[in-house]
Amino acid sequence: MNIDLSVQNVTKRFKEFTAVDDVSFDVPEGNFFSILGPSGCGKTTLLRMIAGFTEPSAGSIEIRHDSMVGRPPNKRPVNLIFQHLALFPMMTVGQNIAFGLQRRGEKKESVKTKVQAILERVGLPGFGDKNIDQLSGGQQQRVAIARCLVMDPTVLLLDEPLGALDLKLREQMKVELKKLQAQVGTTFVYITHDQSEALVMSDHVAVMNAGRFEQIDTPQNLYSNPQTAFVAQFVGENNTWSGRVVQINDDGVQIEVGEGQLFRIRPRQAASQGTQIDLFLRPEAMLIQPDPSIGSLNRFEVKVKAILFDGANSRLLANPLKTEREILIALPQNRQYDHIRVDDQIEVGWDVESGICFNSDR
Amino acid sequence: MKKGIRWAFVIFVTPVLLWLFLLIVLPHIDLLIMSFRIEDDFGNSTWSASNYLNFFKEPIYWLTFARTAAYSILVTVLTFIVALPVAFFITKVVDVRYKGFLTMLLLLPFWVSELVRVYGWMILLRESGVINHFLLKAGLLRQPVEMLYNDVTMVMGLVYTSMLFMVIPLISVLDSLDDSLIEAAYDLGANMWSILIKIIIPHSMPGIVSGAIVVFMLTLGNYLTPNLMGGKNSLWFTEQIYNQFIASFNWNQGSAFGFLLLLLSSLVIWIGLKLSGQKLSKVVK
Repeated sequence: MNIDLSVQNVTKRFKEFTAVDDVSFDVPEGNFFSILGPSGCGKTTLLRMIAGFTEPSAGSIEIRHDSMVGRPPNKRPVNLIFQHLALFPMMTVGQNIAFGLQRRGEKKESVKTKVQAILERVGLPGFGDKNIDQLSGGQQQRVAIARCLVMDPTVLLLDEPLGALDLKLREQMKVELKKLQAQVGTTFVYITHDQSEALVMSDHVAVMNAGRFEQIDTPQNLYSNPQTAFVAQFVGENNTWSGRVVQINDDGVQIEVGEGQLFRIRPRQAASQGTQIDLFLRPEAMLIQPDPSIGSLNRFEVKVKAILFDGANSRLLANPLKTEREILIALPQNRQYDHIRVDDQIEVGWDVESGICFNSDR
Repeated sequence: MKKGIRWAFVIFVTPVLLWLFLLIVLPHIDLLIMSFRIEDDFGNSTWSASNYLNFFKEPIYWLTFARTAAYSILVTVLTFIVALPVAFFITKVVDVRYKGFLTMLLLLPFWVSELVRVYGWMILLRESGVINHFLLKAGLLRQPVEMLYNDVTMVMGLVYTSMLFMVIPLISVLDSLDDSLIEAAYDLGANMWSILIKIIIPHSMPGIVSGAIVVFMLTLGNYLTPNLMGGKNSLWFTEQIYNQFIASFNWNQGSAFGFLLLLLSSLVIWIGLKLSGQKLSKVVK
């Protein structure tokens, strides 16, 4: 497989502060690669280094095995879709899209055909003569994408372009962007703080925290098999416990999470008596009123505090008995649990295998 | 309630209307009437267009007029060329913390009257002035050179006097230019020159035109700077007007010249607006 973008040991320091700390990754041709991280984690700095607006303090960036060090943005085979799109308000849609081609010195005729073709591709045929402010948010989005795609870049960089859209349109654009990427086959590098955007669209996702990559993986693996506590916490919803190992025997490790509650877990790292463990449980790992015959479950009683109805994503907010802790439990909408009311006391259980544990660094 | 608002409107608008009518409209009507009257040999005044005809008959008048217009346009263009990098530097390059300070530095000289600033230039440039003194001391010159009283000095002085009126509107339009537009153009393969031509200037057009109108009108109507820095050779049209009013006591001829200058500035501004595709209502905003 050809590697379109290769970032090796890239570091960016601003005086005392290290924004990007020794980051390395490769993006194969035609991949939809996302960098997911909270705001301030350095993802925008990383993207700007790939685009050429900032130079790395150390490390190399190669595009198709061609070193980009010291090359200005207008000479790189990458294009960037800006967070607020940065469409030129003084030009029409057509002029916006033609801008890059004209700078490259392409012939008038070829510019015209390319602009028309790309407008059709993004679903805006005949919009060439409109002004930017005549377009809706979603249409502006597509013009921004068309303006970059028409340049036929090796790598297309996207800086949270869906952030400004309202929820419904964002959901729609997510699917559209994914489809468009599959059609054109251009390598996309997408940065976002919204995990759903990253998980839905990407082939691979890198989770970034405090300037470092925590894990690079497929969305499925990231969710079901996080490698660090940060990834477990950041990707998807969680119930978190921290506890201390009290017993180690053949069929597992037991931890005490406070108020005398014992859980059996399957630790990933070596654990000994007294080791502090952080335990993460997805809401859907919690089974409501599980069958008593299943032996591998950790069971406990909870009191329902609220029912958070949200269609297929409905959940229960509950307190384990005698505690103030709040946990989220997935509530499948298959009518099986319609009898549950607020203040009911129910039993919940979770399988030993679904508990994600890390040795606490505290 | 509605009546109350109407009263408030009348109270606020009356001073403005009085100001406009008493100090601007009324004197101009008087000047207009005066410009069409002449005194015959017996001291009786009669209607005539000869004040205006004189202007066309006497080459010195319309040559001065054309020269003033051409130099005013040149000064406007030069002021723009000088002011754009300054405004760009203040708004886009320098750290936000120093922006206010730098704008202040630009404003500071304008707290002093134009007269004092022009005299400042004269102290620097005249034959026995500061620059000549140092050039002589350094041995670069054998004898002092008169740097005042030529067109180059006069144009420089006019650019200096009017620069602020170009920089301020440019700062405000460039402030509203999103940096990411410049970056996007750069990312799409544009070089510095095409970013300037395609992005920065089209975006700044309202500011450029409003700055240019102010600079052009101020320069065209400037009396002090051409007179002091250009000396007798400056041949600025305002001097002709002054001469008619004060030296020749020919108020009728002076008012005719005044109206010609008003027509000229309106005409040039109208052409400028047409060429730049801007609307006056948008520019004065």
